[in-house]
Amino acid sequence: MTTHVPGDALVSLNAVNKHYGQLHVLKDINLQVRKGEVVVVIGPSGSGKSTLCRAINRLETIEGGTISIDGKVLPEEGKELAQLRADVGMVFQSFNLFAHKTILENVTLGPIKVKGVSKGAAEKDAMALLERVGVGHQAPKLPAQLSGGQQQRVAIARALAMKPKVMLFDEPTSALDPEMINEVLDVMVQLAKEGMTMIVVTHEMGFARKAADRVVFMADGQIVEDATPEEFFTNPKSDRAKDFLSKLLTH
Amino acid sequence: MDVIIENLPLYWEGFLRTLFLSVVSGIFALILGTLLAAARVSPVAALRGFSTVYVEVLRNTPLTIAFFFAAVVLPRIGVKFEQFEIAAIIALSTYTAAFIAEAVRSGVNSVPVGQAEAARSIGMKFGQVLSLIILPQALRTVIPPLINILIALVKNSSVAGAFFVLELFGYGRQLANANGDAVITVLLGTAFFYLLLTVPLGILANTVERKVAIAR
Repeated sequence: MTTHVPGDALVSLNAVNKHYGQLHVLKDINLQVRKGEVVVVIGPSGSGKSTLCRAINRLETIEGGTISIDGKVLPEEGKELAQLRADVGMVFQSFNLFAHKTILENVTLGPIKVKGVSKGAAEKDAMALLERVGVGHQAPKLPAQLSGGQQQRVAIARALAMKPKVMLFDEPTSALDPEMINEVLDVMVQLAKEGMTMIVVTHEMGFARKAADRVVFMADGQIVEDATPEEFFTNPKSDRAKDFLSKLLTH
Repeated sequence: MDVIIENLPLYWEGFLRTLFLSVVSGIFALILGTLLAAARVSPVAALRGFSTVYVEVLRNTPLTIAFFFAAVVLPRIGVKFEQFEIAAIIALSTYTAAFIAEAVRSGVNSVPVGQAEAARSIGMKFGQVLSLIILPQALRTVIPPLINILIALVKNSSVAGAFFVLELFGYGRQLANANGDAVITVLLGTAFFYLLLTVPLGILANTVERKVAIAR
């Protein structure tokens, strides 16, 4: 367990609702994440956990309720939204590295174009980040030349280069071969230890146990449980969570 | 054959006029077409609507109508120009822009949506996402169809001949009228000079297609 001293709510969702046509994917979601907290969101597929994660930087629009980051309500499209997104790092299941840019350029592009950092400073920063996630020697290559695990670590470095207030991870290891999952999780555990605020949608229960301050269990668009990892894994309260965990443990 | 050789200077003059019309209209059409494609994928509904209507109207009406508008209607509503060339350039570029907009849009759609999401996530604005991430990747798939559109533009420029603009086809027609006994030769000569423009473009399209395939 990490020992953070969590402060005020950095990410705050209030009565958030969303539909996909008939499907009610987010039902009255209330969630507060304090500074320095690591929240792991788990649940069966189709429970709305990815949608929740994507809604926090407005890659998904919501129909009701509010989402605020560091006290500011998420704006509609436009300049303010872009500015707010720069403070929220996002890591995708499918990496989404810019296919036509080198690894180094992938990491420097945001600081240079969005924050106006000089090329030299951005590259120095980027190299340090790439070293930190263990892919420094890959800097001049194109994304397609790297393995999935390496690409995902670059994607984490790209997000960190913006010096975000909070990092969102949308199933970061689900598209990876088993032997590459750990190299990505190790980077994430390290990040959690350093005090980064993180919201992580994942199926990796090991990560939840090791690094999470809280586990949020979602099912059918609702938050069913919100507890410490220890509490959740040893003594789940709802039948839905018990059912979910029993299916995981039998394998 | 003699007809062609005797009139080479005239052919050459026509060839240069056609080249000029095609290049100038091509440049305007590329700019306008890209802007229309950007409007088509923009988050602003009004821009999307305008672009859609523009593309559908221009793409689904004959080029001759665009020429009539540029040559006859525009002067009536006060847009005057000294030469019909200007009308031809307006007609050709507005018409071709509709096709270019469609090609660029399909290229934009060929770039995985995750690329745009990643770009937006690091705080890029719409214009930056488009110009730094989407268009450079779209360009690679768009170049072959773009060249096909430009080939069509070269051929379409012959319509200008019917609107008092002397270009390759216009000169060809003059020559055919003057040499009633050698019409076929004259027309073959005209066709040859068109091929001189379009065949290299086709070869370019093939080369580019092979070179720019992107690894994912």
